[in-house]
Amino acid sequence: MKQTKRRFPVKAFVFINLLLAMAATMAFTSGGGNRSTDSSPVTVKKDSITSIKAFRQVYTVLMSARCMNCHPSGDIPLQGDDNHLHTMSPRRGNDGKGVYAMKCSNCHQSTNTPGLHTPPGNPNWHLPPANMKMVFQGRTPHQLAKQLIDPRQNGNKDLKKLIAHADDGLVVGAWNPGDGRTLPPMSHDAFKKAWITWLTTGAYAPKGK
Amino acid sequence: MTNITINGTPHQVDADPDMPLLWVIRDIIGLTGTKYGCGVAQCGACVIHLNGDAVRSCVTKLSRATGKQIVTIEGLSKNNDHPAQLAWNEEQVPQCGYCHSGQIMSAAVLLRDNPHPTDADIDAGMAGNICRCGTYQRIRKAIHLAAELQRKEGASK
Repeated sequence: MKQTKRRFPVKAFVFINLLLAMAATMAFTSGGGNRSTDSSPVTVKKDSITSIKAFRQVYTVLMSARCMNCHPSGDIPLQGDDNHLHTMSPRRGNDGKGVYAMKCSNCHQSTNTPGLHTPPGNPNWHLPPANMKMVFQGRTPHQLAKQLIDPRQNGNKDLKKLIAHADDGLVVGAWNPGDGRTLPPMSHDAFKKAWITWLTTGAYAPKGK
Repeated sequence: MTNITINGTPHQVDADPDMPLLWVIRDIIGLTGTKYGCGVAQCGACVIHLNGDAVRSCVTKLSRATGKQIVTIEGLSKNNDHPAQLAWNEEQVPQCGYCHSGQIMSAAVLLRDNPHPTDADIDAGMAGNICRCGTYQRIRKAIHLAAELQRKEGASK
């Protein structure tokens, strides 16, 4: 009797642990954070060297004018390759879409306006909202990598949503910036590849402050 | 043909859908209160209301206005008695006057969205309307007065 009593809890313990391990693996591979509607897992194969190398490429794109100008440290967007404050000083507003008569879409149409120094366009032109500013300007590679994978700072995005964000209309719009504007330092395909590589190899942050 | 409504009146316009709305308003419909300033959304002289938003008509295509309500300076009020118009008159705001239909249209949106604007709110809301005569101090004063008139108007209703 004593032996039977001992064996049963051991078997149950092993079984429960197996279930917990499977659940933990599934939770890890789906990225954690907010649940995505698509339940298929994202496979993460940790490789810090590959991950950091990929992020170095990602960082050059995110810090280029086409991305950083709408991720300013203040509440006024930036303009130009020198990242100067947007003329007319339009404000972020609570929803990131401007204030009063100074809404982004009052000038920025759904498509680029032809000609030099005319407003670039996108149907969803906006800054990040006031409660989730997602600042790029001034961030070191270490700081930006940490920020990008933190759902409390990245717009509540889990791994799946982060991967999908590479194809977001406003992100892709950086490669169609309108006449006379410099493109990001690599193609969108190359950026997307580096972005996904960084995320699926563990999303490591380069060392530093 | 494109169907648009300007100041409550429906119009059928035979024009390229890419034509700037400013061209349609001025050259086809004949309402010339809205002004051409820079043509690249930098100055604010061409501000109109499109479904209540203070859009710049020089870069807004006709196609964007299809089925929407357009209001120009001529339609802001029935008797030129919008609080901003009354205040502009009271404070003798314009000098040359060229930019002021755009200024008033922007101010009207500010006053609608914020009936108690501070100086900082006025600066934020009006920063996109340039006045080369430099009437900014009088514009700010007039917007404060318009806010007061609007409140009184609201209280008397």
